[in-house]
Amino acid sequence: MIFPIVRTALIALRRDRGALALSFILPIGFFTIFAVIFGGRHDTTPKVSLLVVDEDHSATSQSLIRGLEREGSLSVARRPAPKQGVEQPEYTAATAEAAVKAGTAPVTLIVPHGFGENPISFGAPNPNQPTIQLLKDSSDMIAPQVIAGLLQKVAMTSMPDVMTEQGSKYMDKYAGGFTPEQKKRIDAGLEALRQRESAESGGQQTAPADPNRGMPIAVTTRDVVGENKNNPMVSFYAAAIGVMFLLFTASGAGGSLLDEAESGTLDRVLSSRVTMGTLMAGKLCYCVLLAFSQLVVMFVWAWLVFKLDFLPHIPGFVVMGLSTAFAVGAFGMLLASICRTRAQLGPLSTLVILLMSSIGGSMFPRFLMPEAMQKAGLLTINAWAIDGFTKVFWRDEPISHLWPQVLVLLGVGVVLFAIARRLARRWEYS
Amino acid sequence: MASTPVVSSPTSLLPLRIEGLVKRFGELTAVDGITLELKSGECLGLLGPNGAGKSTLIRSIVGRVIPDAGTASVFGDPADSAGARAALGWVPQELALYPKLTCRENLESFGQFHGLRGAALKTAVEWCLDWAALTDRAQEPVKNLSGGMKRRLNMAAGLIHRPQVILMDEPTVGVDPQARNRIFEMIEKLRSEGVSMIYTTHYMEEAERLCDRIAIIDHGRIIALGTKDELVRNAFASRSEVLARFENADDSVAAWVKQRGGIYENGMAQFTIEHATEIAGLLDAATKAGHDLADISLRKPNLESVFLHLTGRELRD
Repeated sequence: MIFPIVRTALIALRRDRGALALSFILPIGFFTIFAVIFGGRHDTTPKVSLLVVDEDHSATSQSLIRGLEREGSLSVARRPAPKQGVEQPEYTAATAEAAVKAGTAPVTLIVPHGFGENPISFGAPNPNQPTIQLLKDSSDMIAPQVIAGLLQKVAMTSMPDVMTEQGSKYMDKYAGGFTPEQKKRIDAGLEALRQRESAESGGQQTAPADPNRGMPIAVTTRDVVGENKNNPMVSFYAAAIGVMFLLFTASGAGGSLLDEAESGTLDRVLSSRVTMGTLMAGKLCYCVLLAFSQLVVMFVWAWLVFKLDFLPHIPGFVVMGLSTAFAVGAFGMLLASICRTRAQLGPLSTLVILLMSSIGGSMFPRFLMPEAMQKAGLLTINAWAIDGFTKVFWRDEPISHLWPQVLVLLGVGVVLFAIARRLARRWEYS
Repeated sequence: MASTPVVSSPTSLLPLRIEGLVKRFGELTAVDGITLELKSGECLGLLGPNGAGKSTLIRSIVGRVIPDAGTASVFGDPADSAGARAALGWVPQELALYPKLTCRENLESFGQFHGLRGAALKTAVEWCLDWAALTDRAQEPVKNLSGGMKRRLNMAAGLIHRPQVILMDEPTVGVDPQARNRIFEMIEKLRSEGVSMIYTTHYMEEAERLCDRIAIIDHGRIIALGTKDELVRNAFASRSEVLARFENADDSVAAWVKQRGGIYENGMAQFTIEHATEIAGLLDAATKAGHDLADISLRKPNLESVFLHLTGRELRD
């Protein structure tokens, strides 16, 4: 009895082209996309962008910066990219901070005046040692830590002369001549170190540890973006999760076209004064309205429950919300127009939306992804929408700065809707 | 009860004129050069088996199918023009309704799709609910209605804009006899108001009851057109039908029936005779040929007989 059941199912599958495509062609398509993006690449670890400001202009500071530039995992910039072929001036502390706030890079490193005089220290903190500043965007939780660690490594490896000179000074200071008095001081110093180690290994937590203790280069870190936010990551997740569900909602809403086509209601509607263009425009408006309402609910919830700073950002939210809803609505219409039946729409929309959401940053932030993946993410509605909402809620940027995201989302919406309209011609006449 | 809407006076032009309409789907010719005229206030039946091309013809008239050749015009306007759309009302075979909307909401939506607004829309909705006897179910979602009620609402939705020409595509499909009678009453009420109508069906009795003229359609062509009496007269003149069933329905019986000039279909033989006295000769010949009769009857020819006579097949094959 099992054989006829299998046979019947196989025959049904063979005659359902949509199901066949979903079963065999779509997986190959997905595999191909990822293979093309990552195929033959071994440097898939994301590079961390770092802006550098050299206020010292000493040989030591230059040596340190060159060391950072040689690091394969860093993408170091001393000045903005040329504009219309004209080279831009080097970053200052102010322009670099502004660039971090604008999202150009997650971290700026400022080498202060006097760094070359007293670049590193061993053991106890040296109050005379100039402190390197890291200005960071706390939405990127990884980059500042990577840079802080690499900075110490580069200090060790890229400045051997400085290390030797400083070591001699320390030897001269702490062990010169090894007189009884000097020996006593060294012993005392060692004892103090031992006591500190013992306390740490015993798990005693007294006060927050000094992040620079034991590090040759003194570093202070400061948030320049989102430092005053009540709940910094909520806006990101509201946008990221919101856009993903918007795509599902729009796909479902667009699918009403298929329901109407299957029931014959579409034919009846099109035999009235309503044309296919009017019908599609109406459906798009419905999708946009639904998607925008969903975003409003999502962000109001985030405001009420998670203290998202919503009210001051309402104008930016409306601009981004409507642009996103338009693109997403057109996407829903396109999916519905591509599919022949509701049964096809379900799995296809799930697969496409999950793919878009994963590479577009709805599931985890794009800055954690390999560079190729980050670029591929720009092909998705999710990435542009999330970037726009981040500008509004995270970076507090004015509406005028949203134009790239708005332009892309509206453009995508227009193109997708035009394709959907073209595909919908099959419903117009037999 | 809502006031009865006034049906606009038809112009001097024919309500519907179809000339040489052809529609092919690949190798299949669904409509094969049909020419037809619908007169003012007339109910014209399209009678034919499933797949004869009735629905394709209707869909061509409402602009849902682009014909490969020929034209259709409504009061002189091309069928897909705005004027024709306003004058045409289409009741599709499918239940083309929004199942989650109530009866009233469905009617309001379709009324708006036809450009009705405000008081005109309200009046039209009330008229439709009354006509379809659904006033007390106006707030009921369609999905909760019985099959007959859905059919009635389906018809009402096609008439919400009060068209002068109505195309009904098998509106009684899948309903029980009681619900069918109710639909007949609705149609007869429309007829009394003077609308022009094309009514497709494969039920002979519906065509006989409702239609002034009947076009018998088969394989995309009209094979006979006229009143019921004209069709019967043209096919049978003054002759009658003899229906005979044999004990052993085998090939030899079929061959014998054919040899005697009859039609043998589904175990039943049909002969046409001028006078009742010919029956005795038929019985005698059957006995001599060794075919035992199980049952024999004489009847006046009807549309079913006409169809069988013209095509050699039964209407519901």
